[in-house]
Amino acid sequence: MPEPLTDVVDPAAWTCPAPLRDQPVVVMGHGGGGALSAELMEHVFTPAYGNSTLAALTDSAVLELGGARLAFSTDSYVVRPLFFPGGCLGDLAVNGTVNDLAMSGARPAFLSAAFVLEEGVELAVVERIARAMGAASEAAGVTIATGDTKVVESGHGDGVYVTTAGVGLVPAGVDIRPQRARPGDVVIVSGPIGLHGVAIMSVREGLEFGVEVTSDSAPLADLVAAMLAVAPDVHVLRDPTRGGLAASLNEIARASGTGVRLSERAVPVPDAVANACGFLGLDPLYVANEGRLVAFVPPSAAEEVLAAMRAHPHGAEAVVIGECVAEHPGMVVVATGLGGTRVVDLPLGEQLPRIC
Amino acid sequence: MKYIDEFNDPELARRLLDEIRTTATRPWALMEVCGGQTHSIIRHGIDQLLPEQVELIHGPGCPVCVTPLDVIDKALEIAARPEVIFCSFGDMLRVPGTDRDLFRVKGEGGDVRVVYSPLDALELARRNPDRQVVFFAIGFETTAPANAMAVHRARREGLGNFSLLVSHVRVPPAIEAIMTAPACRVQGFLAAGHVCSVMGTAEYPGLADRFGVPIVVTGFEPLDILEGIRRTVRQLELGEHRVENAYPRAVRDDGNPAAVRMIEEVFEVTDRNWRGIGPIPASGWRLSEAFRAYDAEHRFDVAGIRTEEPAECRSGEVLQGLIKPTECAAFGTTCTPRTPLGATMVSSEGACAAYYLYRRMNAPATQGARPAAEEMNPVA
Repeated sequence: MPEPLTDVVDPAAWTCPAPLRDQPVVVMGHGGGGALSAELMEHVFTPAYGNSTLAALTDSAVLELGGARLAFSTDSYVVRPLFFPGGCLGDLAVNGTVNDLAMSGARPAFLSAAFVLEEGVELAVVERIARAMGAASEAAGVTIATGDTKVVESGHGDGVYVTTAGVGLVPAGVDIRPQRARPGDVVIVSGPIGLHGVAIMSVREGLEFGVEVTSDSAPLADLVAAMLAVAPDVHVLRDPTRGGLAASLNEIARASGTGVRLSERAVPVPDAVANACGFLGLDPLYVANEGRLVAFVPPSAAEEVLAAMRAHPHGAEAVVIGECVAEHPGMVVVATGLGGTRVVDLPLGEQLPRIC
Repeated sequence: MKYIDEFNDPELARRLLDEIRTTATRPWALMEVCGGQTHSIIRHGIDQLLPEQVELIHGPGCPVCVTPLDVIDKALEIAARPEVIFCSFGDMLRVPGTDRDLFRVKGEGGDVRVVYSPLDALELARRNPDRQVVFFAIGFETTAPANAMAVHRARREGLGNFSLLVSHVRVPPAIEAIMTAPACRVQGFLAAGHVCSVMGTAEYPGLADRFGVPIVVTGFEPLDILEGIRRTVRQLELGEHRVENAYPRAVRDDGNPAAVRMIEEVFEVTDRNWRGIGPIPASGWRLSEAFRAYDAEHRFDVAGIRTEEPAECRSGEVLQGLIKPTECAAFGTTCTPRTPLGATMVSSEGACAAYYLYRRMNAPATQGARPAAEEMNPVA
């Protein structure tokens, strides 16, 4: 008979605390598009700049200027590796800003392109990225009208960083903001999710998931124009990039004070993405996309919008994944395939692959 | 993915639930040992669908949660050294030590890297002969073989710049500790399929006999878990207490003998502290004498670090299945994933994190009310 463990295990000592101090330094999660990113905006940038336009926290700001309604947006691209299946840093830098403009309903018109190059990077790499930007801007119907180049010493960068800013015109009568989501709105996603994040992971980490996964990187302004042509009253558009669908839906739920209810079985997750996420212990709802949008549409317009999306190459696989509800305001809830429910929260920082 | 979809089939799930409902005539309390199972149960809402008589108690099987504070502090100290590349599985990076975590060390300039396998860390050691590469070797029987393999290869290749910070734990002594705790309510176990795929089932019949509890080896997909519950309840109703394998597609009775041999060659059984639980005799592995030179605790002279845990959170009771996460006063108030009091709120497999992430609201009952996917796609 082994020694009874009650002698050595003291239940009174079963405690396990250790408060984590607030982070006084920047950690990777501050750029992950989740709760830490939001706190950085809320506590550092918004108070420092102090204006109502910024406080709207939309993908692009909508400004009245000279009688026109202008959408204006900027974003920096620091992807590693620079080239991946389905795209590269260059087309990402164009499509990303084009899509941020499109998510306010704008027709993107002009972009800027600022390069930060690390000493020692081959010029052929820079040229390849620039050519990709040229091709992507042509495909998206925008002009790269201005730019800048800086070089940092070897070891002070990660090869190539690109920052793009863009402007576009918002058609009259179009008002797309996360605050406009209403109970009853139909939630539509334009196609399969998670492809970009898994494509990047597969090359960055040298992982293979059975089939090659290609990024969904694509410009969405044409798709948005097709949607607005049949339903100018689309309430909300968002491209679920960092933080994935989960972050975008949480931002919309919080901004509008409504709830979002998804059907897990309706969310289109490609087999390869599901496999990769299963292997790594990640949730596809949190994986980044670069060529998808999520739309909140009044129920009366849902069929027309869905049909218009499916008629467009970038929305051919669009599906309804849920609805906006009055219950659980500010929260996103998923009905699981088995009939249970669970909350889908804003991610904290970046998702972390699990141990086993 | 079809293979996995088969273990998510709602129709089969309904049939298993019906059978559990008709089988259970009395209240039963079952413990799922593994955090991966806890996560799957909460994520798919299985606990919401079970009949009232069947209660699931969440066990201590989250490797991240049970890694003791002093080992985390050792990791933080080693990772902060300029000569070190510190490699870890991702989910250890956010676990709080006494005053910081690995993310913070990384933010302050430490070379902390997420790897997917200890063999990736070994490759880093080959490519960086002028740096010390340390792999954070935590986890249950599932991760031990690969960690053993890594250090075995390092010795064979004569790599002097590779070492392991070891905090391996073993499941059977934990089951023993749970069953001998005075307030234990557990009447049956869903054993962790991944652990048994390595170790086999030979360690369990003695426990089942000694404590009179059924132990059913169970997988991680929803149908696996429902089948494990169904078999455990059936045994309890019949007054039986056998070891059953409900996960035969992954688990053989003798496990993976090559993996076990690798563990036995590199590690030796030792007493271990479990975070939140305390010391459990013979519940861990450390590097055996022949491989002691690859022990980072000694190489970096951190073996002496000892830490005290202030008694503020109740995750130890959660890990023992004595309370549900929501019964802790700090749950969701002072203790959240953003400001965790304990590791169970940090780890992706931690019970507190699962409840916080998935159960913060009283979600409406949805059986029968959920629109089918095709109804939600009017233009399908």
